Amino acid sequence: MIELTRNDFDPIKSKAETQGELRPSLSYWQDAWRRLKANKRALVSLYLVIFLLLFAIVGPWVWRVDPALQDLDQVGQAPGVDRRAVIIDEYAPWDGESAISGFSGLRLSAAATTQAVRLNWDVLEGANGHRVYRNLFPVGPELAFGIPIAEFFDNETLFFEDRLDVQPGTYFYSIVALDLQSKITSTYESITVSVTRVTTLAEAIENKLVPEGAFLQSGDEILLALHPLGTDYLGRDMLARLMAGAQVSLFIGIGAPFLFVLFGVTFGSIAGYIGGRADQIMMRFADFVVALPFLLFMILFKISFGIGPGESGVFPMLVALVILMWPATARLVRGQILQIREQGYIAASQLLGARPGYLILRHMLPNTMGVVLVTLTFAIPSAIFTEAFLSFIGMGVVPPTPSWGSMSNEGIKYMLISPHELIFPALLISITVLAFNLLGDGLRDALDSRMRNFE
Amino acid sequence: MWGYIFKRLVQGIITVWFIATATFFAMHSVPGDPLLNDRAVTPQMRANLEAKYGLDKPVLTQYFVYLGNLSRGDFGISFTQENRQVNDIIRQHFPVSAILGVLAVVFAAAGGVLFGALTALYRNRLPDYIIMFLVILGISVPSFVLAALSQLALVNLNSLFATNILPVAGWGTIRHMLVPALVLGLGTMAYLTRLMRSSMLEIINSDYVRTARAKGVPPARIFARHQLRNAILPVVTVLGPAIAAITTGGFVVELVFAIPGLGRYFVEAVQQLDYTVIMGTTVFYGAFLVFMVIVVDVIYGFIDPKVRLE
Repeated sequence: MIELTRNDFDPIKSKAETQGELRPSLSYWQDAWRRLKANKRALVSLYLVIFLLLFAIVGPWVWRVDPALQDLDQVGQAPGVDRRAVIIDEYAPWDGESAISGFSGLRLSAAATTQAVRLNWDVLEGANGHRVYRNLFPVGPELAFGIPIAEFFDNETLFFEDRLDVQPGTYFYSIVALDLQSKITSTYESITVSVTRVTTLAEAIENKLVPEGAFLQSGDEILLALHPLGTDYLGRDMLARLMAGAQVSLFIGIGAPFLFVLFGVTFGSIAGYIGGRADQIMMRFADFVVALPFLLFMILFKISFGIGPGESGVFPMLVALVILMWPATARLVRGQILQIREQGYIAASQLLGARPGYLILRHMLPNTMGVVLVTLTFAIPSAIFTEAFLSFIGMGVVPPTPSWGSMSNEGIKYMLISPHELIFPALLISITVLAFNLLGDGLRDALDSRMRNFE
Repeated sequence: MWGYIFKRLVQGIITVWFIATATFFAMHSVPGDPLLNDRAVTPQMRANLEAKYGLDKPVLTQYFVYLGNLSRGDFGISFTQENRQVNDIIRQHFPVSAILGVLAVVFAAAGGVLFGALTALYRNRLPDYIIMFLVILGISVPSFVLAALSQLALVNLNSLFATNILPVAGWGTIRHMLVPALVLGLGTMAYLTRLMRSSMLEIINSDYVRTARAKGVPPARIFARHQLRNAILPVVTVLGPAIAAITTGGFVVELVFAIPGLGRYFVEAVQQLDYTVIMGTTVFYGAFLVFMVIVVDVIYGFIDPKVRLE
């Protein structure tokens, strides 16, 4: 129960007492920011976007590896594999002399290394020559020998040295007897060979794995260069390439929408402000551009700009995106301007002598900014998709410039052997697209009640 | 209604003319000589082509020659493949793309409407969460990744059951079409599901649904007559652009699944700079899309009486 005294019935003297502010007043943007912060999904997306931008911009400063540098000791390496290597002597030619003796049949002449795998064998029964095969899998009952790597049409040569892109791991070597017509027979011998990774001291110093003048003997172990996310099919560092690709993908993905939204806002606000016949003509033109089949014209514009040698193809793609994607923003802004034009404050400003430029810039555009920002956010994922899509079919950025799309295109060819080459760029594309989509949803809910998603 | 259709058709023809013009000038600014190809062009061929397309005349003359040919429905002869008319190429390869596209649109529309309605009915319950999670995947995973992964899944599936029910690549029977069409339609399906969900949620809370429920209309009837029919309208509106996105988005799926469609053909033509094929396909696709949008709008006019009044 509230105690009332006589004083409570006295008239209030000052205005401040009647109209005290209950809460601090919020501007439109402060209010929007407050609502965005309350939206968990949008906030997480915002952090993701910031992280991706840092990944592209700050990343290369932290991880200073040249994205074009090939590490031929580690080609197509998955992340986190063993990177120890043994120092051995320089390669010396081999004349087939067997050092390890006492075995018969197919045998190794020396320990198998990535430098060379040296095989010796005895003449197979009824053979008139031999063919050497290498496989990643055991021969099995269906006699799958793998790839043929050497062929001898007589029984004179009974040795072979394999130096063809030998990677650390397990191989299955087979020799198969050839008949008189040099066709393979079912007589074969097979051995399992486990290959160790080696490097020479000179190579290690050249690749800056050990300091110059380091005292290392044959048989010492060293660590090869670190690749946190593995390497691609040419031995290039995936992390460095993903960062360089992020620069290209995000530059196109954010730069192009920024430019075409800017153009669309200018076009749409002028059309909306002038109105009448000029507006009709301008918007009809926008309708025509909308009708152009988007991807076909992306490709068409790209080839019509022409890409000279040494160019990356980023700029033509940017221009093509701007040319083709502005009408949606223009339409939207025009619609907004048409509504705002009828508002009382515009008439008031006009009465006070405001010029058209001032009216548009001061009164009309700031009121459309919410919608424009939402459009911009939704345009980014579609631009990123378009870039990835075009690079994937080989019509995007030109190699060796990496982009997430072109990296996916390369990775898809090695999907079964080294899936990380596809997974990382594809994951980054997905995360980026998702983050911008969710951020767009959040911004729409926060900025514009009319566009609010009914949820 | 007929006046509306006529007006739209005239607009459509002007739009196609604009597309043709843009294509012509874009192709004309491509650096290089169309007849300086890897393949030797005999002087006789060169003379014939120059005579047919007026290649030795000014640009404007060439443009009118080109428009004249177009208006007769003649897209010309391929520059890199001997004795192959662009019309034949389109006739052979477009049906493949069209079937794939139609199937994809059917998948997308049916799936979008069904899943969207389900998520709205089971709002904030398990089916809603599962479907919305899949929708997010569909929106954010690029189609080429989906295509490659689904191919991988098919290989494993086929080897597991030792059959070839759903072939990994190629074209011919309906079994070849199902998975590519699904992959092609998935992005659009996800988009339509979201759209359908929000429009359905809006309607579930509307007055006329409450009234119907109060009258004692059975829930199934409310769902079919009052909710679904109204909620479907926004989906129909975006179907035109969706068809456009699906038919031109077919490149990747055609490439990955080795489908002999027009999209793949277009990419090849671009790589070989086959001018007439590029121009013919672009104009043809453009005209097709314009026509499809008109058809969808007219259908929309039949469904939604409000449009007819305008």
